[in-house]
Amino acid sequence: MQALYDKLKQHYALGELSEQRADLCFFTVPREHLSSLLLYLRDVEGYTHLVLLTAVDWIEQNQFQLTYLVNNRLSANDIGIRVLIDRDVASMESIHHLWPTAATYQRELKEMFGIDFPGSPRIDEDFILEGWQDLPPYRRDFDTLKYSEQTYRDRPGRVTHDPASHMKQQLYPDAED
Amino acid sequence: MKEELQKRIVKGPGGVDIEVEPLRDYYCEAPPTVMPAAYSKIVEDLFNWARSESIWILGFGTGCGAIEMRPLMTPRFDAYRYGIQWRPTPRQANLFVISGYLSVKTLKRAIRSYEQMQNPKYVVGLGSCTINGGMYWDSYNTIKRLDDYLPVDLYITGCMPRPEALLQGFMDLKKLIRAGNAEGANQYAENFKWYKDNQKKVIKDWDMPDYSW
Repeated sequence: MQALYDKLKQHYALGELSEQRADLCFFTVPREHLSSLLLYLRDVEGYTHLVLLTAVDWIEQNQFQLTYLVNNRLSANDIGIRVLIDRDVASMESIHHLWPTAATYQRELKEMFGIDFPGSPRIDEDFILEGWQDLPPYRRDFDTLKYSEQTYRDRPGRVTHDPASHMKQQLYPDAED
Repeated sequence: MKEELQKRIVKGPGGVDIEVEPLRDYYCEAPPTVMPAAYSKIVEDLFNWARSESIWILGFGTGCGAIEMRPLMTPRFDAYRYGIQWRPTPRQANLFVISGYLSVKTLKRAIRSYEQMQNPKYVVGLGSCTINGGMYWDSYNTIKRLDDYLPVDLYITGCMPRPEALLQGFMDLKKLIRAGNAEGANQYAENFKWYKDNQKKVIKDWDMPDYSW
């Protein structure tokens, strides 16, 4: 992993390498380098399989982090490539020309996080939420409890117990703390 | 509205233009009507007895509860010995088991499937998700009370209920049917507007006929 990282570092502006396990590591790249880096990893280094493409909402930094996880079947290891993009103009270059399956991930990210991938196939079609009109629900400023209270009617009589004190009351009512 | 539901001109054989309006031509627009009981009580009781002994379930799994149906239909619990069986199409089924949480997207399909079932028909809500939202009580995408959208005859509590609980539930449903109290379909017809209003409130992209059968 380290050898590959050093090799890549000569050509790309990579961030710090973080090795999660012997067969899994992560690093950050600037968004301009992503496509050529992925192409290089796929065609030269044998990272032929896109495992997943997912996003994290870093609302405090006003950024979205996209993680592209690619897998090398022969050497059985994974690389996670992180790209940080601006949260206000959430838009990223599509990689469906590298892996057609990426289009599905990108459709999901568009719907759940509101990250646009211009040019990706069927990007504007509804994916899971049909006719969604509110904020994209995976954004952290979307209040799911409030939305659910406004949209769906409660059945009266629902109570919530704190599990620790409830079980103590049930099992050891006489015990002191 | 979806493209396949739009009004359009179709070229027929011999170059004839045929105007197709799917909502009017392919679906019945008439709302459901209340089905009156048979002319005499003894006949209705006979019908109800027959209905209760042939519960045919629509094979539509909506949530995690669908997994409980497999041991029920296979030899371990063998629900078939009670006259309960699973059918592949709504046309042949008379019991709709909503098996667990119902997302808005699935609710749309569930409503259509329910409306396509023929009278008399029953709905059983399975698990706490259908009763008050269960563990999905704060989810943006799952409904909390099933009876706002479909007429529920019986709820089976649990998360998930065991197959034994389901069998007990089916026995209770049989009692309800034999007593003539499983009137969900008629309730749906009577309060059709209320149900439709509730359904349309959560299904934002309503692109189907109001009543589809």
